[in-house]
Amino acid sequence: MTHQVPALTTSQKKELQETALRIVTPGKGILAADESVGSMGKRLNQIGVENTEENRRQFRQVLFRADDRINSCIGGVIFFHETLYQQADDGTSFVKMIKDKNIAVGIKVDKGVVPLAGTNGESTTQGLDGLLERCAQYKKDGANFAKWRCVFKIGDTTPSTLSIQENANVLARYSSICQQHGIVPIVEPEILPDGDHDLRRCQYVTEKVLAALYKAMSDHHVYLEGTLLKPNMVTPGHSCSTKYSAEEVAMATVTALRRTVPPAVSGVTFLSGGQSEEEASVHLNAINNCPLVKPWALTFSYGRALQASALKTWRGHKENENVATEQFIKRAEVNSLACQGKYTGGGYSESDQIYVANHAY
Amino acid sequence: MTTQFPSLSPEQKKELSNIAQKIVAPGKGILAADESTGTMAKRLQKINVENTEENRRSFRDLLFSAVDPNCIGGIIFFHETLYQKSDNGVPFPKVIKDKGIVVGIKVDKGTAALNGTDGETTTQGLDGLSERCAQYKKDGCDFAKWRCVLKISDSCPSALSIAENANVLARYASICQQNGLVPIVEPEILPDGDHDLLRTQYVTEKVLAATYKALNDHHVYLEGTLLKPNMVTAGHSCTKKFSPQEVAMATVTALRRTVPAAVPGVTFLSGGQSEEEATQNLNAMNQTALHRPWKLSFSFGRALQASALAAWQGKAANKKAAQDAFTSRAKSNGLASKGEYKSTAGADKASMQSLHTANYVY
Repeated sequence: MTHQVPALTTSQKKELQETALRIVTPGKGILAADESVGSMGKRLNQIGVENTEENRRQFRQVLFRADDRINSCIGGVIFFHETLYQQADDGTSFVKMIKDKNIAVGIKVDKGVVPLAGTNGESTTQGLDGLLERCAQYKKDGANFAKWRCVFKIGDTTPSTLSIQENANVLARYSSICQQHGIVPIVEPEILPDGDHDLRRCQYVTEKVLAALYKAMSDHHVYLEGTLLKPNMVTPGHSCSTKYSAEEVAMATVTALRRTVPPAVSGVTFLSGGQSEEEASVHLNAINNCPLVKPWALTFSYGRALQASALKTWRGHKENENVATEQFIKRAEVNSLACQGKYTGGGYSESDQIYVANHAY
Repeated sequence: MTTQFPSLSPEQKKELSNIAQKIVAPGKGILAADESTGTMAKRLQKINVENTEENRRSFRDLLFSAVDPNCIGGIIFFHETLYQKSDNGVPFPKVIKDKGIVVGIKVDKGTAALNGTDGETTTQGLDGLSERCAQYKKDGCDFAKWRCVLKISDSCPSALSIAENANVLARYASICQQNGLVPIVEPEILPDGDHDLLRTQYVTEKVLAATYKALNDHHVYLEGTLLKPNMVTAGHSCTKKFSPQEVAMATVTALRRTVPAAVPGVTFLSGGQSEEEATQNLNAMNQTALHRPWKLSFSFGRALQASALAAWQGKAANKKAAQDAFTSRAKSNGLASKGEYKSTAGADKASMQSLHTANYVY
């Protein structure tokens, strides 16, 4: 406990920190396009499109072909493994298309959730086996950041101590391994919005989860400046009868982060959970306008909240491609403003909700 | 772990938060005047003054009558001093409060050995602490201080030492807040040894990470606390010398990796640093390019009082000279807490002397 055995050289640290900071450059956030085959199945199903490799490639193309307007809005794109090795219609690799826009390429590296026996339906996440070698390969193939998602749920008896400790530990192990190969780990301890708990309860649980996470990160000697955090915003449960304003969500979220996330962490890139596109933008904007001192960048790492409209517009038809891409660019621009606290549009309705009960990747 | 049982009402939280903010208001820091009787003996012995209650009172009176509220936001008292009076017969807490300075009290009862370790310790004082805090609050205190001690060596600090001291600090903090006292949490890592700057930084990060995990586990309201850590410096016998900028960088980096932004202020202890060294290091910290979401200020004992003691020599005739020396150091540190201190070339001899006493114990 007393002697340091340096895990990273100075130049390795520098590379990691620079990569992290570039992703969260003011005005930029992350496009989470790393839906697994199964998750893409659900998306495509909703618009009546068959879940084939070609259709998945076509939809990612809708996003990646966006013009230079997104260069100042998107700092990184998270890929799913399959997508990393796909190309556009003209044969250009997706990785090259993204890198040519000066956007960082990321890769989802976890292998999904597995049950924690003896708990009330809680889980940990697998994927550590051979992770070091996989990271080396991904780095060669163009990735310089990664993502790993753990899942918690709020219930009468959850999250349990075991769930908090186990997930914090596995996130720290993953982070430690990534950094060895110059890959910035995005750490995602998602607390699901399922349930009728109120804002206060979510804040409390978020604080406990994040405190455990950063203790584990310290124990595993992770270089915090070379990491990013992808947490849930602090929101009430989906079945909670009390409604809260964006400012209340913002205050609860920023307070929870201020109590647990060390200033050394380069940035916080929120997941959108089941929030609608507009809700996610309005909340992000409120977070950036929260008057408390916020020592990290606060931006987005959105999947559904960036893609929902594009998906609905595309419907699997090539002729809709341009208009669909425009929808994506529009959300990217709105979130670029929101992550600077400059989004003046706003207002969303319940019908925009994209919430899927008990969402598992 | 899943349901919150609120330990503080919104009003209680607001009160604690306001007190903490008041202590570390811009340009202000803390005068640590809480030397125990035994420790005062060492101080007074150095200037050949007898360690009597009257002499202790007299010296504190010298300081308290001159203290400038523009650079001192809080003063930590020792129990005896809290119930003493000024030359004019005014109770010391009142003297201080009338100046708009917050009164604090040292509440720990010293270190105790951790069996099975290489000379490591924890700190005692939890018994009846809640009742004592309630009484101290009635008697004019609004904050408290508790010091834990860790040391660096081949085998130290051990996992037990880190875990135990973090836990006892969190218990103390939790109890204080129940009684309206802002807890200053002091996990001091001694400068004894020949380890370099990097080693101290590493150990400091581990200790502080454990401290804040424990504070979280114990549901402590961080916005109503202050941290009193060591600056990150090389060991006293380290052959390599480091500049104030290097000390500043190592210290601020360690804090950024471990201290949540919700903590309003970090008030450094001076350890065995000379008055000038402590001020310069604090100043450098407030000039680093790294973003610091908490105030960085001082909670100095020796580094504020050494020159004053030397000038006083126990003689009434020297009172003004001693007060001037104290005021001068206080002003310098007030500036340093804003990164505005300019050291005068040829700082006087007394302020440059190292105040290090090997293996310092209260």
